[in-house]
Amino acid sequence: MLQVTGLSAHYGRAHILDGVALEVAAGEVVVLLGRNGAGKSTTMKAIMGLVPPSGGQVCFAGAEIAGWEPFEIARLGLGYVPEERRIFTGLTVMENLEVGRRPAGPGQRAWTPERLFELFPSLGAMRDRPGGRMSGGEQQMLTIARTLMGNPRLVLLDEPSEGLAPVIIERMARAIGRLKAEGLAILLSEQNLHFAQAVSDRATIIEKGRIRWSGTIPELMGAEAVREQYLSV
Amino acid sequence: MENLVLQALSGLASASSLFLVASGLTVIFGVSRVVNFAHGSLYMLGAYLAWTLVTSLPRGHLGFWGGVLGAAVLVGLIGLVVEVLLLRRIYRAPELFQLLATFGVVLIVQDLALLTWGAQDLLGPRAPGLRGSTEILGLRFPLYELFLIGVGPVVLGLLWLLFHRTRWGTLVRAATQDREMVGALGVNQRMLFTSVFFLGSLLAGLGGALQLPRESVNLHMDLSIITEAFVVVVVGGLGSLSGAALAALLIGELHAFGILIVPKITLVLVFLVMAIVLVVRPHGLLGKPEAAARGGQGSAEPLVGPAPAALRWAALAAALLAVAVPPFLGDYGISVLTEMAIFVLFAASLHLIMGPGGMASFGHAAYFGLGAYGAALAAQWLGAPMLAGLAIAPVMAGIFGLVFGFFCVRLSGVYSAMLTLAFAQIAWSVAFQWVEVTGGDNGILGVWPDAWAAPKLVYYYLALGLCLGATLLLRRVIHAPFGYALRAQRDSSLRAEAIGIDAFRIRWLGFGLAAAAAGVAGGLFAYGKGSVFPTYMGIPRSVDALLMVLLGGVQTLSGPIVGALAFTGLQEQLVRLTDLWRLVLGCVIVALVLFFPQGLAGAARARWEASRGDA
Repeated sequence: MLQVTGLSAHYGRAHILDGVALEVAAGEVVVLLGRNGAGKSTTMKAIMGLVPPSGGQVCFAGAEIAGWEPFEIARLGLGYVPEERRIFTGLTVMENLEVGRRPAGPGQRAWTPERLFELFPSLGAMRDRPGGRMSGGEQQMLTIARTLMGNPRLVLLDEPSEGLAPVIIERMARAIGRLKAEGLAILLSEQNLHFAQAVSDRATIIEKGRIRWSGTIPELMGAEAVREQYLSV
Repeated sequence: MENLVLQALSGLASASSLFLVASGLTVIFGVSRVVNFAHGSLYMLGAYLAWTLVTSLPRGHLGFWGGVLGAAVLVGLIGLVVEVLLLRRIYRAPELFQLLATFGVVLIVQDLALLTWGAQDLLGPRAPGLRGSTEILGLRFPLYELFLIGVGPVVLGLLWLLFHRTRWGTLVRAATQDREMVGALGVNQRMLFTSVFFLGSLLAGLGGALQLPRESVNLHMDLSIITEAFVVVVVGGLGSLSGAALAALLIGELHAFGILIVPKITLVLVFLVMAIVLVVRPHGLLGKPEAAARGGQGSAEPLVGPAPAALRWAALAAALLAVAVPPFLGDYGISVLTEMAIFVLFAASLHLIMGPGGMASFGHAAYFGLGAYGAALAAQWLGAPMLAGLAIAPVMAGIFGLVFGFFCVRLSGVYSAMLTLAFAQIAWSVAFQWVEVTGGDNGILGVWPDAWAAPKLVYYYLALGLCLGATLLLRRVIHAPFGYALRAQRDSSLRAEAIGIDAFRIRWLGFGLAAAAAGVAGGLFAYGKGSVFPTYMGIPRSVDALLMVLLGGVQTLSGPIVGALAFTGLQEQLVRLTDLWRLVLGCVIVALVLFFPQGLAGAARARWEASRGDA
């Protein structure tokens, strides 16, 4: 469904991504693992068109989307949940969801606020609360819900567990499990290996802008040397 | 008592008109972050178009109201065209560059309006059905004013519904906070921006069209309304609709009662209030701190290094020409060159604030004017000789620069720039209204150089020496540790403080230094012209300085010099060659913004580096 090959990106003269390649099949959850500053967020932004790629191909749903504008990419069915959440703080929960709303594609079951409140029950109790007056965990749920309102077929989920309490992380993992069950493909970026292995099918490790390792989760759990080299702090 | 009520009512009517214009401006700024100087021009076009439509349509209700609404829609469409052709291309440019582009539009519209409607004031018909007046507390009050009082709240209510009850409005409010995120959620920002521009322009046009029965239509409407609208928008808080309403109310009533209570300081009152509001509330009454602007900030500024050898030789050649050629020129040529030398220093001083300092000043002319007045007042009241006057000029400008700067450099971005404008306007109106000391509008005459410097050529060499010396000194400052600190706090105030730089103090001193340098230029200008006038501190001169710096390019040290020479030379030639110099200058500015977004010197440097292959 999503094939990235040879993706490069620069900030000014600094090389941030160097030939990143990865793949996400329909209905699959793939995790992009790596330490701080390895290039996880930039990979996602480059796929989404928020950082202009300086080389490589991004193929999504049969279209070559490198160089497209973010809104065009989003309309093709690629959803993006940023690491910093970027909730519209002046807008209520319902209004935040409204901004994300887009019609469902053929054969898709459309997300509605009601269905999203089933997924994230705590949001349902604060429909008219401004986004700025929510806790970090609630904001994280809202930012995922907002993206789901666009009825994406694949979601780029950037470090959803960052800065959350363990009990919220558990809830988040359950929600991601349900999304996967609905048939949604997810490209996740994470530093929390425990969380990642609980929700993902496959893993790809990135370091200094290059892909270092790819394999299934069981393979990763068996390869202690790989984990030691790229993931331990 | 009755009088006060009537005064309050007419204040409300002004507030209503002001709100229409300011609401459009604040909505446009909120979404696009464009400080739209041309908003006043759209207002003026609204008034002119309404005059044309109303006078050519059949008389009666349909003709009048149809004409007013038709004019508003036409202005909306004009705004849309400006957005699509010009602004859409420069959303990623720095804020001040967008300001420059919209100022180009102001100049173009002024001459086009002059060509279309002529120079005379035009009187429109009165509104049918609202011609008479009504009695309130036994006094007569015009019906049309009463109608205007109603228009403001109705428009506010409609806008509120639009922004809170429609999907479009929700998207606009979201884009006001984080436009990149809105794009990543699948919203076409371009359409959103264009539609917001249409709405904002329509409101400006409506505001102008509704003035038709109140006042004559003339070519000065654009700049007079834009300063007030800016004040309202800034006092209310950029991007805040309810803030704009509140501020319009405040400013409208201030006008109405200011005249009664302190007629002497009416001109300054509005800016005094803005200054106080900004000092107490740095983001306006209802504004929020600007979130660190996401996206659209462009790349980091290039490093400032010493000039390459070729540039040094070019500068040396130019300096030699400046010394060698004038003896062969006539008086006119010499005085043009004198002005050029003065404006080079003036622009270089503003550049210190804007380039290395990273602050914007819309009121730099204040320090130019304060220098000029310092010299002139010393000559008139103390009988000071020229050299003493020239020494007093930078002291006077520098002291006021430190006083005003103390408040300005605490704020950021547009707020800071508007506070500099407020102080400049305060200085201007003191010069304009304190007639006993400053001579008011008549200025101070007879500020001539001492006998030894009286010949034009000698005075030219004096000005050239002082301006060149001061400009080189400013250049030296940028390369000194103080300059490094200045640039460090510009790039990251927080990190600069973390390594022990007192960012506030550095900014403050930089501001004072720039003011003193502008004061030198002002003092020289006063003796060169033999007189000083309040216009030396006026908004147009501040805009001139901005144009010079931006034309040349903020990011190069030679930028302000090139810009000052290009601007002064261009304006001088244009004024001599054609009556339509505004049109030509406006087109040149727009073309420069579109094709040389780094300014003249910046573009030259880019070509130079590219040709040497180290880009």
